[in-house]
Amino acid sequence: MSETRTLREREGLIFERSSAGRVGYQLPPLEVPQADPASTVPAGLLRGEIDGLPEVSEVDVMRHFTRLSKWNYSVDEGLYPLGSCTMKYNPRINEEVVRLAGLAQLHPLQPSDQVQGALALMWQLEQALLAVTGMARVTLQPAAGAHGELTGMLMIRKALAARGERRAKVLIPDSAHGTNPASAVFAGFETVEVASTPHGTLDLAAVARHLDGGDVAALMVTVPNTLGVFEPEIVKAAAMLHEKGAFLYMDGANLNAFVGIALPGKMGADALHINLHKTFSTPHGGGGPGAGPVAVSQALVPHLPVPMVEREGDRYTLAYDRPGTIGKVRGFYGNFGMLVRALAYIRSLGRDGLKSMAEGAVLNANYLRTRLEGDYHLPYDGPSLHEVVFDDSIQAASGVKNIDIAKRLLDYGFHPPTMSFPLIVHGALMIEPTESEGIDELDAFVAAMKAIAREAREEPDLVRGAPYSTPVRRLDEVRAARQPVLRWRRPDD
Amino acid sequence: MHRYQAGQGDRRAMLDAVGCASVDELFVSIPAEVRCGALDLPPARSEEEVRREFWAYAAANAAPECFASFLGAGVYRHVTPAVADALLQRGEFFTAYTPYQPEVSQGTLQAIFEFQTYVCQLTELDVANASLYDGATAVVEAVLMAARTLPQRRRVVVAGTLHPDWRAVLETYCEPMGIAITQAGWGGDGRVDAGALERLLGDDVCAVVVASPNFLGVVEDLPALRKAIAAAGALGVHAVAEATSLGMLAPGGRFGFDVVCGELQAFGIPAAFGGPLLGFFAARQSHLRQMPGRLVGETADSAGRRGYVLTLSTREQHIRRAKATSNICTNHGLMALAATIVLSLLGKKGVREVALASHAKAEYVKAGLRAQGAGSRAKLAFPESPAYNEFLLLHADPDGLLARLKGEGILGGVSTTRFGAAWPKGILVAATERNTREECDRLLDALRRLA
Amino acid sequence: MAQPNDRLYTKTHEWIILAGGEATAGITQYAQEQLGDVVFVELPAPGKKVEKGAALGNIESVKAVSEVFAPMAGEVSATNGELETHPELVNQDPYGQGWLVRLRVAPGAADGLMDAAAYEKFLAEEGAH
Repeated sequence: MSETRTLREREGLIFERSSAGRVGYQLPPLEVPQADPASTVPAGLLRGEIDGLPEVSEVDVMRHFTRLSKWNYSVDEGLYPLGSCTMKYNPRINEEVVRLAGLAQLHPLQPSDQVQGALALMWQLEQALLAVTGMARVTLQPAAGAHGELTGMLMIRKALAARGERRAKVLIPDSAHGTNPASAVFAGFETVEVASTPHGTLDLAAVARHLDGGDVAALMVTVPNTLGVFEPEIVKAAAMLHEKGAFLYMDGANLNAFVGIALPGKMGADALHINLHKTFSTPHGGGGPGAGPVAVSQALVPHLPVPMVEREGDRYTLAYDRPGTIGKVRGFYGNFGMLVRALAYIRSLGRDGLKSMAEGAVLNANYLRTRLEGDYHLPYDGPSLHEVVFDDSIQAASGVKNIDIAKRLLDYGFHPPTMSFPLIVHGALMIEPTESEGIDELDAFVAAMKAIAREAREEPDLVRGAPYSTPVRRLDEVRAARQPVLRWRRPDD
Repeated sequence: MHRYQAGQGDRRAMLDAVGCASVDELFVSIPAEVRCGALDLPPARSEEEVRREFWAYAAANAAPECFASFLGAGVYRHVTPAVADALLQRGEFFTAYTPYQPEVSQGTLQAIFEFQTYVCQLTELDVANASLYDGATAVVEAVLMAARTLPQRRRVVVAGTLHPDWRAVLETYCEPMGIAITQAGWGGDGRVDAGALERLLGDDVCAVVVASPNFLGVVEDLPALRKAIAAAGALGVHAVAEATSLGMLAPGGRFGFDVVCGELQAFGIPAAFGGPLLGFFAARQSHLRQMPGRLVGETADSAGRRGYVLTLSTREQHIRRAKATSNICTNHGLMALAATIVLSLLGKKGVREVALASHAKAEYVKAGLRAQGAGSRAKLAFPESPAYNEFLLLHADPDGLLARLKGEGILGGVSTTRFGAAWPKGILVAATERNTREECDRLLDALRRLA
Repeated sequence: MAQPNDRLYTKTHEWIILAGGEATAGITQYAQEQLGDVVFVELPAPGKKVEKGAALGNIESVKAVSEVFAPMAGEVSATNGELETHPELVNQDPYGQGWLVRLRVAPGAADGLMDAAAYEKFLAEEGAH
């Protein structure tokens, strides 16, 4: 074992590296008279140095976080086929332009004549997202997909209120991502789960029954759904909803499957959130930040959150005067840094590149589907788009579950697929390769999956004990939950 | 093919493998009626063209770095150590996903554990989550948590000195949940009066939100307010918009507040036109099961080595769905990493130094304004009130004054007129350790001449 | 697997022992196996009145939450405080130290519950699905 690896393995918490007297940053000279806080603030409201904060040098900090970084797997390193998460390549030009001082340092409360470039950029992004969705307007404010869902559902609530109605129910297919029901509830609705058809798609008859029962505000549906299957009757569903005065909320987590090919506006969507961190390549950042702009139909335009960026001639303004608005959903105007990156990506790809992106995503997923079918069981065998969902039923015969396959993949140097949903597939392996991968990378992944399928038959214990080559082995999640340790404390505390 | 994808050769080989003549065959499930023609967008651009376009956007803005800037009101300009961005640009951090596979995510997980620890230390509370979107939504989550904890109580009392945007966001979220909002007014000293607050409380109040330092830059009497809140049996929420103040001012956790939450942008996050920022949320141990957002916990692997995992996930939307404690999924993890790096660099001494220097710079400007005497048309709104690094300068035409200051290379602060008529007319001026004495002197000189 | 004969069972896999006007309830061996390692148990406050079949509390494993339903109508008289610090007792001893609540119940409230033999038959049928 090399010395570097040993050092890396030994790296503790930053607090444990602390050594009295070390400093990691030096401020310039104060230049003005020192001011005693106690001269302006009562002593009881003051504090001194904060106990437990570390004392480390700049070098210590660089080494510490560099070593931590080496324990992570990332898109820069290889295929990251997390279904529905769309882990595609994050272009570096986007990181360069977002750091320009005229964008990165801009204060949100500068008068609008000082921020015309930022407002123009946001307006351009809205136009691009309108082109991609065929909707009427877009709010760029939501900070993430779930935040977009909430914003969309609040608009639907407001639209109903504007015509003097209160409806309680939101229909959600059982294949939905968990944020859908949670967001609907925080928008003041109750959720009704709709069972999927045997093909894993929306059950139109069930939707009709619920609509006949009354009190339905909206249907929340992901297109293509979490199986990667396009909802064949989405247009009919939208018409049924609209006829009863209800709305269609479309979860755009999988929009990357049909950009440049089809338009949610033509499908009848009333609200659609767009995860810029999925379809438009803004980096996932180890859990965020994302951005979840919401595109709406004409019916919801009056209810968009404030402010909206408006253009008058060649001037841009932030408009707050919107009588039907749901109000503000966050501080300021959106995750601007993510908006910059997304527009840079859209400009880099252009009209043909965006379509080619969707084609590549769908072709790559279907290639993996073809190569792995037989080794892994396909619970729903209809045509799929940008992702494919296998299950572990073949491997389960020898006691190997999806989580074991996932952990063994780590030994082969790949990040595993999504396993936590869709809930309609037991032991799911939801694979989304994205368009970023070439055939060589995909073939290497196929080889690993096939090897694991063989191991599951011949040496199931090997698979069940994986991983072996990662910085740590399987972690005891039961202990973490039974006796939560959520922060560092000094050993003598 | 585009440079972000593999070539035509790959495409042909894969089409052969799946048995399709063209890629169009893969989209047969999408009906004709929803299809579109070519998108109304420009053609693909080279990297150099993209760079040029975005330079133009940037150049059309007035970057505060090119001015003497005293802008604050929720977003502040503090230290930006070079190390922080160098580390943030490591692909191992920024191109990774949420750490659902802990064996290959220990870097992210350990950094979040360190972040949670920093937030606990800053707030003097027991538990902190792995970040929220921003300060405004952090306050929302605190109020919603209180409403879950005390389900019979459907009213929240909010200090009138809370950031008006945060208040506006709270209204958006509370309305559908059936939570009423009552405002506690503020007195001539720019503070909420504990006696007046007490009169607004009752057994229908689930939470009281107090901002300190508040939107007017004034430090509230947290112990007195907490006493009134506790007597009513409501949860106390201390909201913090300027996180570096925690290097000088005692946090709500010390005085028994249930939640201390708000905005950590001041520790190393660029202003970025208001996002992404960094919401934080800390609470007493007893609220752990009702906390919103992700939590990282310590455990051990099968070989007995220390490691970290996402834990107590049953609170979250991917498991509890409609009954989750919040709908948040993607949070602001990379911003949390940035703050963790900056707090590590600053450390025990630096966190205090930044706070004392920011306070001293503001006191220097205030002393200069006092010296300009009663004749000045710009007056300190609360000259006797306890303060940190921000203050309200009363003026009859703040927007005009700011425009004149900009003419001299000074971004003098934020006009209160953009927040409505409820606020006294004036300019919120924020000073930080990054303002030089020369900048402060220029501001004072310009105010003397131009106010 | 044989179920203890001293108690009654529900189709949602709770058990109950009746002694005078008081009933002790918990979840079955089968239920704890399905749940996996229990990490947290949320129980109602004493004094709470529950209808038969109403949610009595939650049992959490690392990646799932399961509701526990009241086998009978009644008023909660006590809960198993040991579970706060030792939720694993539900796994280790579901019919003994892993009990969940005591209820004050009205006479005749046990209608519709199964004895051990009937519950075993029910499990066998369930397993066949």
